[in-house]
Amino acid sequence: MMRRGGRVALLALGVLLGMGAAAPAFAQISDDLGVFGQLQYSDGSGNKVFVAGVDLSIDDVGGATTDADGNFRIPVPSPGEYTINIDVATLPAGIALRDPDRPSLQVKVSENADQRIIFPLVSAEASALSGASGGAEGNWSVRRVSQLTLEGLKLGLYLAMAAIGLSLIFGTTGLVNFAHAEMISWGTLMAYFFNIYGLAGFLGFMAGWPAPFGGGIEFVVATVFATAMGGALGYVLNRLVFRTARNSGVSLLAQMVMTIGLSILLRYVFLYFFGGRYRSYGEYASQRANKFWVLELTTRDSIAMGVSVLILVAVGIGLTRTRAGRAMRAVSDNKDLAESSGIDVEKVITQVWVLGGALAALAGTFFGFDQVKWDLGTRILLLIFAAVTLGGLGTAFGALVGALLVGVAINLSTLVIDSELKNMTALIVLIFALLLRPQGLLGKKQRIG
Amino acid sequence: MDWGFILERSFSAMIGPEVMIYALAAVGLNVHFGYTGLMNFGQVGFMAAGAYGVGVTVFWLDWSFWLGLVFVFVYAGVLALLLGIPTLRLRADYLGLVTIAASETIRLLARSRVMKPVTGGVEGIDKFAEPFYNLSPFDLGKFYSFGPFKYLGRDIWVLCIGWTLLILVTLMVQALMRSPWGRTLRAIREDEDAARALGKNAYFFKMQSLMLGGLIGALAGLIQVIQKSSVQADTFNPVITFTIWTILIIGGPGRVWSPIVGSSIYWTLIVFVENVLRQLPAGARANLEKTVELSDFNIGMLRYIIVGLGLLLLARYRPQGIFGSREEMALDRR
Repeated sequence: MMRRGGRVALLALGVLLGMGAAAPAFAQISDDLGVFGQLQYSDGSGNKVFVAGVDLSIDDVGGATTDADGNFRIPVPSPGEYTINIDVATLPAGIALRDPDRPSLQVKVSENADQRIIFPLVSAEASALSGASGGAEGNWSVRRVSQLTLEGLKLGLYLAMAAIGLSLIFGTTGLVNFAHAEMISWGTLMAYFFNIYGLAGFLGFMAGWPAPFGGGIEFVVATVFATAMGGALGYVLNRLVFRTARNSGVSLLAQMVMTIGLSILLRYVFLYFFGGRYRSYGEYASQRANKFWVLELTTRDSIAMGVSVLILVAVGIGLTRTRAGRAMRAVSDNKDLAESSGIDVEKVITQVWVLGGALAALAGTFFGFDQVKWDLGTRILLLIFAAVTLGGLGTAFGALVGALLVGVAINLSTLVIDSELKNMTALIVLIFALLLRPQGLLGKKQRIG
Repeated sequence: MDWGFILERSFSAMIGPEVMIYALAAVGLNVHFGYTGLMNFGQVGFMAAGAYGVGVTVFWLDWSFWLGLVFVFVYAGVLALLLGIPTLRLRADYLGLVTIAASETIRLLARSRVMKPVTGGVEGIDKFAEPFYNLSPFDLGKFYSFGPFKYLGRDIWVLCIGWTLLILVTLMVQALMRSPWGRTLRAIREDEDAARALGKNAYFFKMQSLMLGGLIGALAGLIQVIQKSSVQADTFNPVITFTIWTILIIGGPGRVWSPIVGSSIYWTLIVFVENVLRQLPAGARANLEKTVELSDFNIGMLRYIIVGLGLLLLARYRPQGIFGSREEMALDRR
């Protein structure tokens, strides 16, 4: 039984990580570098308008014209400094550069990422309007605060899905899984691959097969498969790496260092296969926002938020009402007691890894709406740490509460600090949580020992 | 395939600037983790503190380079206090969470638009290290070779100063760890409750250890930016911290010379593998390329895949390191 499980897990790892290393056609996604951006301006009523048909160029390299969504991308041959020029004559009438003196911008393209560049545009109509109404709207307006709270809840819901797994794995095994970030990226990347290449299209030799194997599948279906792959990754990591480590008595601190090694290994394997470029899903990449009351939300985000709420409620009910869920909480609460009352602890740990992996992957597919990138998970790891610590490391409901609070706090912090620095709020929350209530909002005192 | 070139590169890497810088940072981590059992996952944050200590002083305040050296230690000391106060009373993993979060936040803050007037933003800071190089007795642009080693004059100057510092710091750590103070740290590592029962203020000792190791890390950051002649926020990436962890575990945590040995082994191996891959004969290259692409980008990335796999396997199978002894191994306990 044990041996068979091991072999299945090995096979699964082969599929997950090797992903057809034997198939030479399985190439990386072409990894040309480039400079990209989106030309847009705000019209008189504050709506974003994308500007199509504008020519941009880089001397001696090439040029591009913006598409219907205002997007452009100019590939460059190698990392280095480039000067990018916008052809002001091709801008629509009434639209101008905010800095008319700067039709050329310098960019530095580093070796593993595309470089985004922004040409700020203004419309004559909008600047006339804002001049008439006495300047921009106040920072603390009802509209802005409610919009930021909504964005914060959105972030919080996605974070909660990602954080519950981390917290439950810690609760049941005592292990802080630093590779959780990669479990999130895994979800994003899997959804991208399924969405663009189909279920097996990335194996190269199957690319020509009919859907769903080749070709690319609808994003919603791809999300379902990506979530399943997330559960599979959780299963494999536990089965192959951490269960064997537990069985041979590797200390928790050593296991923690192992999660870090695993995290770096997975991250750079992702970079190898995916490349450093930012990409977006085939569908739903950009949508117009719907307005209701003073709030704006795209249909895509409303549905994703709805799905998150449903999933979180289902997880909540599952944890409190089902046998498996109660067993998970029992093991989190007191492992020895749970074991002596007849709960199969290893089985519970497996379930927690699968559940955590699936939730992290689903969160990852939602985080990928803005941009799909190889290190997406790493970039939000700080927020997840803050969320689980604030809520109480090891408690599933604490992770939920902490995530929502962190999400809202981060977005509201942009009222006072530059939005570029908003993730710093998470560090401040983390430090204050540890100073004032180290066991977390819903945690018990003995945990922090 | 030019074996002479590959060996020359590998030999030069054995005592090269990277070895010296990473060994110094690992000495700091060794004080933290090897001797005190602190899980510092943000050593790169201390390196950044050191780097910006001098960078910001010269760039923003327009003060002298030599005055900047003071700030290297001020920043690192303050950072250690900020990280230590909330976490050192708690279980070991909380320090890990906060340090990894803080080191990444420092990088993001340093490269942000808001901080551009202070830190130079993404472009970073350059032309600050002239006073250091002006003192060089070597011709900066000339290649010097002795035995199998070959370096540029400016690198030799950095190497002389750097290695002297590294040896001095290592000897200092050795003396400290033999002192009653060092024995207390090790007692805390082995059993904090027992140390407390004997009347030692464990929090206080752990804070001192965090500061000492942080200062050594800052020194490593300082030498790194002097050697590169530029302060770039993105060079202080979290993966550097874990390269340092790998180096420390290769050498064996809790042993005085292990950072130097580990760093030398790590960099020689990396330089050797990278150069071999770059110079494969056409036939072998074509065979290998059927499965993996060997662009420069991929070969550069390989180092991190090796770090990740190495750390995973070392922590799993040889947590005491290649040369370490089980008695001196904090990873194995608790």
